[in-house]
Amino acid sequence: MKLGYFPGCSLQGMDIDFNESVFALARRTDLHLIEIPDWNCCGSTSAHNVSHLLSLALPARILALAEKAGLDEILVPCSACYQRLMTAQHELLENDELRKEVVDIIEMDYKGTSKILNIIEGMVKIFSGAELKIEKPLNAKVACYYGCLMVRPPKVMKFDRAEDPQSMDELMKKFGADPVDWPFKTECCGAGLTLTRTDLVCKLSAKVIESAIKNGAEIIIVACPMCHANLDMRRADIEKAAGKKYNIPVLYITQAIGLALGINEKELGMHRHFVPFVLPEQPKAAPSAKPAEPAKPEVGEKPAAGAEE
Amino acid sequence: MDDKPLSLRESLADQVKSITGESVANCYQCAKCSGGCPLAEDMDIPPSQLLHMIQLGLPELDERVLNSLTIWLCLTCETCVTRCPKEVDLPKIMDFLRQESLKRGLINPQAKKIIAFHKAFLDTVQYTGRLYEVGMTADYKLRQPQTAMQDVFTAPKLFMMGKLNLFPHMIKGRDQIARIFARTLKKEAKK
Amino acid sequence: MSRIGVFICHCGENIAGTVDVAKVAEAASKIPGVALAVDYKYMCSDPGQNMIKDAIKEKKLTGVVVAACSPRMHEPTFRNACAEAGLNPFLCEMANIREQCSWVHEKSDVTTAKAIELVRVIVEKVKRNKPLYPIKVPVTKTALVLGGGIGGIQAALDIANAGHKVILVEKQPSIGGHMAQLSETFPTLDCSQCILTPRMVEVARHPNITLYTYSELESLDGFIGNFKARIRKKARGVDEKLCTGCGVCMQKCPQKKIPSEFDAGLGKRPAIYVPFPQAVPNKPVIDREHCTYYKKGKCRVCEKFCEKKAVRLDQQDEIIEVDVGAVVAATGYDIKGTDFFPEYGYGKYPDIINGLQFERLASASGPTLGAIKRPSDGKEPETIVFVSCAGSRDPAKGINYCSKICCMYTAKHAMLYKHKNHHGKAYVFYMDIRAGGKMYEEFVRRAIEEDGVVYIRGRVSRIYQEDGKLVVKGADSLLGGEPIEIKADLVVLATAMVANSDAEQLAQKLKVGYDPYHFLSEAHPKLRPVETNTAGIFLAGAVQAPKDIPETVATGSAAAAKVIGLFSSAELSREPVIAVVNRLPPPQFSTCTGCFLCEKACPFQAIEREEIKDRKGNVIKVVAKVNPGLCQGCGTCVALCRVKAIDLQGFSNEQILAEVLAL
Repeated sequence: MKLGYFPGCSLQGMDIDFNESVFALARRTDLHLIEIPDWNCCGSTSAHNVSHLLSLALPARILALAEKAGLDEILVPCSACYQRLMTAQHELLENDELRKEVVDIIEMDYKGTSKILNIIEGMVKIFSGAELKIEKPLNAKVACYYGCLMVRPPKVMKFDRAEDPQSMDELMKKFGADPVDWPFKTECCGAGLTLTRTDLVCKLSAKVIESAIKNGAEIIIVACPMCHANLDMRRADIEKAAGKKYNIPVLYITQAIGLALGINEKELGMHRHFVPFVLPEQPKAAPSAKPAEPAKPEVGEKPAAGAEE
Repeated sequence: MDDKPLSLRESLADQVKSITGESVANCYQCAKCSGGCPLAEDMDIPPSQLLHMIQLGLPELDERVLNSLTIWLCLTCETCVTRCPKEVDLPKIMDFLRQESLKRGLINPQAKKIIAFHKAFLDTVQYTGRLYEVGMTADYKLRQPQTAMQDVFTAPKLFMMGKLNLFPHMIKGRDQIARIFARTLKKEAKK
Repeated sequence: MSRIGVFICHCGENIAGTVDVAKVAEAASKIPGVALAVDYKYMCSDPGQNMIKDAIKEKKLTGVVVAACSPRMHEPTFRNACAEAGLNPFLCEMANIREQCSWVHEKSDVTTAKAIELVRVIVEKVKRNKPLYPIKVPVTKTALVLGGGIGGIQAALDIANAGHKVILVEKQPSIGGHMAQLSETFPTLDCSQCILTPRMVEVARHPNITLYTYSELESLDGFIGNFKARIRKKARGVDEKLCTGCGVCMQKCPQKKIPSEFDAGLGKRPAIYVPFPQAVPNKPVIDREHCTYYKKGKCRVCEKFCEKKAVRLDQQDEIIEVDVGAVVAATGYDIKGTDFFPEYGYGKYPDIINGLQFERLASASGPTLGAIKRPSDGKEPETIVFVSCAGSRDPAKGINYCSKICCMYTAKHAMLYKHKNHHGKAYVFYMDIRAGGKMYEEFVRRAIEEDGVVYIRGRVSRIYQEDGKLVVKGADSLLGGEPIEIKADLVVLATAMVANSDAEQLAQKLKVGYDPYHFLSEAHPKLRPVETNTAGIFLAGAVQAPKDIPETVATGSAAAAKVIGLFSSAELSREPVIAVVNRLPPPQFSTCTGCFLCEKACPFQAIEREEIKDRKGNVIKVVAKVNPGLCQGCGTCVALCRVKAIDLQGFSNEQILAEVLAL
């Protein structure tokens, strides 16, 4: 299977482990990733904060390069890049005048026909038909953290559902993990304020970690390098601000899948994490609450001790 | 401001309509956005109130809106528009307010750091075509010298983990990127 | 030969002040076919009318034109005068030289010339008028009321008390509707069932009312005064004539855990059940979806224990055909469940309930006998958050309108909770308070001022569960949008009031219009709120739009009044201004080609197909036929007909063309 590949700046720099894990999976399957030649930065948060046209032009150039290279489908692991590319494609589709203006600015042909896949869509595509050899099923309770950008705004992203999404949970179940039902799946970690308002990042990220732990998770699975950086790299700052220790490790979805397939931690870049990947020793209790079951309220009946509805 | 009578001046609400297409009159002030905003309690003006200030169309309120910290603290997490019953695209309006705030030079003093970050980020993109993290950090600390000691202990750790590229990757189409910047950000700044 | 009488009215100074009426009369007298042309101060007065009557007799007039005000004012007056003088009233027309001339122009020769033209045009029309006779349609004096809630009950009782027969059809096993599920009603806090059940019993005992419960309308054919309804009486599995309502079968039924619809899912019932103790009729029904006998062929315990041998497991649905003269649709509403809200958990948290579920908790006959308890663990909640506008006034969720009753019932719920738990905390998140009825505002203020309910102006953004409590995240817009987080033990969502899921189907069966929300359409929102555009079909209650109980009762009585009016004569008389498809002698029979474009286009479904047969019964031609009982004379079919085989009586193509050519 051939897929165009847009790693984005984070995956080449600070979050190189994400990139490594993607390629580790590619090597184990028939996935052939073709990097978009001479790609540029998508502009991320900073571009759209200061200039509308710049925030469209930078992603447009990337998509135009993909078209030029004949890449119909592009895998974009970073959620932020994914959102910027999807947004630009959507806006340029809706507004002809704007599209003409941007085409002039980037000096390239742009048709807007590329299919942009986020990492979950990518994983589903690669592993849906494949014969899976799960050597080490994850056997852990995981909190799937989608972050804010992958599923919102629903009209543009058109992926999964904006509240209580399920796609990553379903994927994790396939690899033997037990996804917990928790309310902070899409709450923002603090994103781009990581340097300028570290205090707020600590506040928001602490809430995410607390909720994951409270709902019984042993690992937090992420799909966005910014989320990973805030939850992992900034762990010491978070602990300092909250006055508590949090041991829960944070893995990229690709790393979690890689572990299940028996790939070693180094190949998956896990040695680059700040928080060590150690699962606490505990006997396996009854499975946690399954997500998205409609309520069957039974008034006045107390549930059996330990079990949940 | 100018001496035109109030009814003839272009208010911020008018600008929002003509540039983003969003009509602030659509908001019926239910405050659901403020209820779900992760940083509402840290902002000086919560998002629903900010929108109401724009609704009123008064020049002094328009100035306060552009001078707020709210617009720079906004994470564009898109929670507000996802839940808004009237589907008012608040993130889009926030983007516009940020750009207008820079254009008019009405900037909240607490936001200077955040703007410095964005400028530092985009400087490296303009120069190399991609984000050059080390360069950006250096640029940022030069702009905001009080942050010089921030993350000073994390940096060596990052380097040892192989997460810090000391040298930037210069893409071949750098000149193309430079022209993109000239036609967008630089042009808007000059206006 | 035409002998038309033209009467020009001065209308005081209204016409005479601008138009030279004497000149108009003079010009009119010169038009060929006009036998007499006079002017007079007030044609509509008694002397004026007598003038017309005398002229008809003396001059043997064949037609009358009154040039005066708008026909909407006095056409009936002058037509009656003509009828009294022995001239067919449809040979009398009016030329509007007031609203269309003197009132909109200045005094001048041109104005007078226009008045003359207007008169001339109508004279040319009247020359081609044909006498028309009102259409008589018989009336079956039985009413069909669909829906046995308070609206249907009121309508049925009013019609029955006026001496007419009523057939009341209710889908559920018992009448009573949603009102039977309520605990207390605002603003009086009357016990809902206490005020409802006497009416229910009255319906059951009324000699003029035939009650079919556990039944639905299968189809409706016909037209006003002459409907044919087919009612499907679903198989109860019990012979109602033998059953005494002793209840032994319900006690013995082994299947006891089926979620009770009457208790909004919070209570349980057996497979053979009566929905609530005060049900009318008090005869059980077997739920075939859950009953072991129908699923697996075993059990039959109810049959065994029934002393009267009333259980009939092999009973089939029955189709009952009835003739009725009018239909009242009072099928009520539904409310959205908690699963409608992604940001409130898609319905997965048992302690988030909707308004109807709270009613069942608060009700003395409910699953908790009136104690407010959490569905999850049965504990009494110490903090309840009530969320108004859950789904209503929410274009993003597809419901733009306001559900009208929620502000009031939320205040009521908060009050009831505080009355039962004095130390409990009640919070209401609201956008506006809509309390427009009698004593409504005072009721809401009582909740706030006397019962200590705290009102927070802002919508709730998110609700999730943590540590056994529900975290409610909203904001207070009166504090400038400040985020407010409340940890509640129970959350009650005032969910949107919507049309029943089968409302569209019902509307199509009745051939009544409906809006995008599937509320059935009234004929005019202001002036004709209980009628529909389909003659003979009336609306009562929330099937038309969200309403509270007083309004439902009022519309029930209003619909009944319309029905009683309809039934007040043996025959219905209708204006003969209807379309007619021409009929010619054989071999042509009609110029109609049978394309039936008119049938498709008719907004009132008034066009039928008629088979023209020879003596042996073979069909020669199928042509269109207008049903005189339904046609409203709109003229759509006339405009569409490609061969002009269909024409409008009183406004025929020939008449209109003559008017145009006379100009």
